[in-house]
Amino acid sequence: MNADVQLSLKAEDAAIGPVRAMIAVFARDVRVAFRQRQDLLNPLLFFTMVVTLFPLGVSPEVAFLKQSGAGILWVAALLSVLLSLDHLFRHDFDDGTLEQLMLQPQPLFLLVLAKTMAHWMLTGLPLVLLTPVLGLMLHLDGNSVATLCLTLLIGTPVLSLVGAIGAALTLGLRSAGVLLSLLIIPLYIPVLIFGTGTVAAAAEGSPVAGYLALMGAFLFLALTLAPFAAAAALRISLSNS
Amino acid sequence: MWQFFHKLGSPKWFYGIATRFMPWLLASGLLLLVAGIVWGLAFAPKDYLQGNSYRIIFIHVPAAFLAQSIYIMMAFSAVVTLVWRMKLADVFVKAVAPVGLVFTFLSLFTGAVWGKPTWGTWWVWDARLTSMLILLFLYGGVIALDRAINDEKSAARAVAVLVLVGVVNIPIIKYSVDWWNTLHQPATFKLTEKPSMAVEMWVPLVLAILGLYLLFGWLACLRMKTEILIREQRTRWVRDLVLAGGK
Repeated sequence: MNADVQLSLKAEDAAIGPVRAMIAVFARDVRVAFRQRQDLLNPLLFFTMVVTLFPLGVSPEVAFLKQSGAGILWVAALLSVLLSLDHLFRHDFDDGTLEQLMLQPQPLFLLVLAKTMAHWMLTGLPLVLLTPVLGLMLHLDGNSVATLCLTLLIGTPVLSLVGAIGAALTLGLRSAGVLLSLLIIPLYIPVLIFGTGTVAAAAEGSPVAGYLALMGAFLFLALTLAPFAAAAALRISLSNS
Repeated sequence: MWQFFHKLGSPKWFYGIATRFMPWLLASGLLLLVAGIVWGLAFAPKDYLQGNSYRIIFIHVPAAFLAQSIYIMMAFSAVVTLVWRMKLADVFVKAVAPVGLVFTFLSLFTGAVWGKPTWGTWWVWDARLTSMLILLFLYGGVIALDRAINDEKSAARAVAVLVLVGVVNIPIIKYSVDWWNTLHQPATFKLTEKPSMAVEMWVPLVLAILGLYLLFGWLACLRMKTEILIREQRTRWVRDLVLAGGK
């Protein structure tokens, strides 16, 4: 870790409010990420490559791609987020930053939430931005692409938040990567079902407000509960090492 | 009350109690299960639609019941682990997770065997089948995480967090899978809805379910006792036990 990217929280700052602490953690994570730009690109490359495999491996026919495009993009986005989760706490764990975070007077779950939001902004959001291009390559029509982007916009933060629990639980373990996927994929299923369901409904011309409302409910449920679980898991993993 | 609660946390006390109860659990469980299965397989009337193939429910339904309720029991234990740090609760979760996995697999397997003659296919992406499959994955995750962490206290607490996250998700997964299924493929097949069964059919079924629960109790005690012996192998009471020849 670069020495100048220190946490701007110091012991004498015990009085600073939780919101300022969250902003500090968020800003630091973004700054660290931009100094290792390759890490930012990797999930996007992976996303594009996984999407490329489907026309090559299954069928390049327009009819197939039109029908399965939304599902392909959702699965690829899910896998890319999964792949990037390992980085969420790993570097901070290795260099001891995480222990410093834990010693802060501010509640740990808020700092975890800030880190997770930074993770989403650096992986989930770029995936959403890349989706229209890949959607066009899979022959999705404009309406489907718009709905797909909207569902990914609501759904990818859920992936980051739920994934944070898994990343925290597997921190410091030998086979963390595979284990993380095993723990987290079952929990991702509802988001995937509703994400692709929304696009299918939009393609049929039926109303999607109900689906979007449910996805929003997932997002708020994850926002309120996941940081607590992830913070608890982090404490366990750190007491372990 | 509190003294009882305190005692419940003591592995040595549990070991003694379990040793005393196990023969009863085994005997009554075997009796009920064998009675239920023999009655169900040999004497219960044929189903007028499915013929004899329906008889697999006398194994399938008890296994599916246990598969689901073991996860719920694990979730209660997980709360106890996290709140009171009670040793026996971790021992329970660790001991029964593989049992839950096996029952989930058994219910999927017997379901497939039943599905072949009835539906004409081993597997359909029916909502219930899919959510059982996901339950299988959840059990797998719990076991994998437990095996991956060496320190047994951290493993117990990490597993407890995972089990609780899973239990919050189970209803969400269940409802979303139900919705997904009705969405994509309007019920080509449906698991026969709980029919108003004939008494001659459901009495043996209830017997088999109760019997399997009791046998699960026995198996849980056995596995917990083994786990306790491994964890407490350096204590005096285990050494005395071993020197006394396990009596």
